[in-house]
Amino acid sequence: MADAEVRRRLAATWGTGAGLWDRLTTVDHKIVGRRYILTAFLFLGLAGLSAVAMRLQLARPESRLIGPDLYNQLFTMHGTTMMFLFAVPVMEAFGVYLVPLMLGTRNIAFPRLNAFSYWVYLFGGLMIWFAFMLNVGADAGWFAYVPLAGPEYSPGKRVDFWAQMITFTEVSAQAVAVEIIVTTLKQRAPGMSLDRIPLFVWSMLVTSVMICLAMPAVMLASTFLIMDRLIGTQFFNPAEGGQPLLWQHLFWFFGHPEVYIIFLPATGMVSQIVVAFSRRPAFGYLALVLALVSVGFLSFGLWVHHMFATGLPQLGASFFTASSMLIGIPNGLQIFCWIATLWTGRPVFATPLLFVLGFFFIFVAGGLSGLMLASVPLDFQLHDSYFVVAHFHYVLIGGAVFPLLGAIYYWFPKITGRMMSERAGRWHFALAFLGFNLAFFPMHVLGLQGMPRRVYTYLPETGWGSLNLLVSFGALLFALSFVVLAANAVAAVRRGALAGPNPWGVGTLEWATGSPPPAYNFERIPVVTHREPLWAERESLPVVVGLAVDDREVVATSPVEAKASLREMSPEPSIWPLLSAIATTIAFIGSIFTPWAVVWGGAIVAVALIGWFWPKGSREDER
Amino acid sequence: MKHRPILDVSHLPSYGYGPASPIWWGTLGFIVLESTGFLLAAGTYLYLAAVNPDWPLATPPPGLLWSTLILAVLLASLWPNRMAKQDAEQEDLGRTRRNLLVMSAVGLVLIGIRFLEFTTLNVRWDQNAYGSILWAILGLHTLHIITDVGDTLVLTALMFTRHGHGKRFSDVSDNAFYWDFVVASWVPLYVLIQGGPRLWPGG
Repeated sequence: MADAEVRRRLAATWGTGAGLWDRLTTVDHKIVGRRYILTAFLFLGLAGLSAVAMRLQLARPESRLIGPDLYNQLFTMHGTTMMFLFAVPVMEAFGVYLVPLMLGTRNIAFPRLNAFSYWVYLFGGLMIWFAFMLNVGADAGWFAYVPLAGPEYSPGKRVDFWAQMITFTEVSAQAVAVEIIVTTLKQRAPGMSLDRIPLFVWSMLVTSVMICLAMPAVMLASTFLIMDRLIGTQFFNPAEGGQPLLWQHLFWFFGHPEVYIIFLPATGMVSQIVVAFSRRPAFGYLALVLALVSVGFLSFGLWVHHMFATGLPQLGASFFTASSMLIGIPNGLQIFCWIATLWTGRPVFATPLLFVLGFFFIFVAGGLSGLMLASVPLDFQLHDSYFVVAHFHYVLIGGAVFPLLGAIYYWFPKITGRMMSERAGRWHFALAFLGFNLAFFPMHVLGLQGMPRRVYTYLPETGWGSLNLLVSFGALLFALSFVVLAANAVAAVRRGALAGPNPWGVGTLEWATGSPPPAYNFERIPVVTHREPLWAERESLPVVVGLAVDDREVVATSPVEAKASLREMSPEPSIWPLLSAIATTIAFIGSIFTPWAVVWGGAIVAVALIGWFWPKGSREDER
Repeated sequence: MKHRPILDVSHLPSYGYGPASPIWWGTLGFIVLESTGFLLAAGTYLYLAAVNPDWPLATPPPGLLWSTLILAVLLASLWPNRMAKQDAEQEDLGRTRRNLLVMSAVGLVLIGIRFLEFTTLNVRWDQNAYGSILWAILGLHTLHIITDVGDTLVLTALMFTRHGHGKRFSDVSDNAFYWDFVVASWVPLYVLIQGGPRLWPGG
């Protein structure tokens, strides 16, 4: 069959039409991934605006711009949105888009579940922001500590919306995690053994395993919380044998790995960018993989360092101090490997690499303040001060957002087929780097001077006014840098230079197909013989034959050596994932108002799931 | 870039069983997730027991009868479940249908017994923290029984239609794999909720 005919038939088999129905029923991982990324950035915008509002309030002492009630909602919505609706989803979204392409397969495993996950995430996010707009916004902090978040001190529905949104987004995150694990273990291109997996995919695999082990903790916690509030259970009520500290244990058993759930995909992005712009394979591939795995492992032994001020036994505090410091070793190892890759390569300082260099500086600074906070005596002094705010923004923005911004410039040509402006990218980097450090470095000093976090104003006599003004100016500059990014992206989509399949000359498989990739990803499934297949096979790419072009077949492979074992059918588009997500949303929102919604809501969810599961007499089922 | 065909996959089967099947790995992924949930719920139980001087908080331990009967029926169900898995993997439609009917009946009976078990807990969910975690653990496990029985009922119906062939046998095998998890998770939970109040110092 001629190549053109193969492409035409594959496009007919895998393509998504332009109509509304096609858009609502699509299971194409690239369309779902793009939606995820754009939605996550929409939430970033909302969270960013709430941060700007807070900084305007704090720019001068005794400001009356925002009252305490709205301020409480703003900082809760900011943290909640950043952590649950932006940081984790955006990393998973990049995984949803890129992992199948980097592994050389035609779709993600369980594509209908993938579509369902997106809808659930969208509805959960909209639910809490609609609640905020209706003045029922969550206001007990993104950590929702009890008893503040319990029925006694937070009456009304504010915390209920928060708790249900948490459960929603975690359902979505966990489903995506399973999809990514199974795609990585079972759908790699033949020949892509474990030691040939791209580092970004390794990072997503470790992250996904962490999500499976960490996120049930916060789901359990949020479920206990809403049960305490709605049906009178006593999990956190000390008068009836409950324990407020139980909340903190469950929350931080999730919450600390969460930092690395956000950070590890970013390190995968850094690895890909460093390799691409050093123009050489990664120095210490095995060390980088082992560092990813050990960071994932160690991150579960750190949660109590968020609770040093709660009066723990000495031995426990010492253990968690040690483990908190220990995690610096694999993180340092990664940084040394990246520096060695750059040192021994021929680096090109394009925009993506600039963001990686910014990441080195900011993340290392954040890591150092983290080591300070891991020390119990210092933590007692700095607990709940602006020093902590400075530290975690250095870690999270430096460790995750800067690599993410680099990743946008790096993969934008693949996703859109167009190049972003390099000049605007450099302006973006300069503004972001300067704005970030102006916004967050003085917070260290404010914290050392005793400024507590989560306060909506302060007195002039404290002497914190000048530094707060500087912080607010930096925050505005940082926010402005995102306007530059948005303008650059919009302009690039409209009139950017055409990218071609591999504009950076990179070796991984996502660059072996068109930009943007066709619906079927690859005309022929590649066979992998090297860690950087496109650098090893410069003349022609070894490929698979014998896969149907009129059916949605993918090659399933063995988990370790990636030997081809099955021609699996990938599910066809379906409306049932959307209907199931709507049914789940109705059940969850209903349960905020009546426990019976769990019963009748469960029934409509069950009907939707049967519709999803039941074959429609399609070719998929007839085989 | 030019292509160089080096591997023909046209001879490969279109579905497989156990670790060969991506669905099996997906099921395993959800088992890991849910096991973590069970472990954390059990950890919560032990934590609350540890921070309270009396356990179970001035209430008698839960009744043994229905809880133990559930354990016995669950363990007994391992055998027909094993048959369901084996016969499905041999693609014997008649025996698979029969096994699925048996497993559906077992599941429905278990749901009935579980509701009776709820009536013998000797504590309400809102009475104290002990009641809350006891109901939560039992509710969590009940949710697993209900979802797996729901899945079994749908699969049973499916196998009596024209769709009962090919990849559906693999689905039956994976469903049996998940049921093994539902059974295995109950054993430690049973020991915890029945043994805890009886053996815990101060209990």
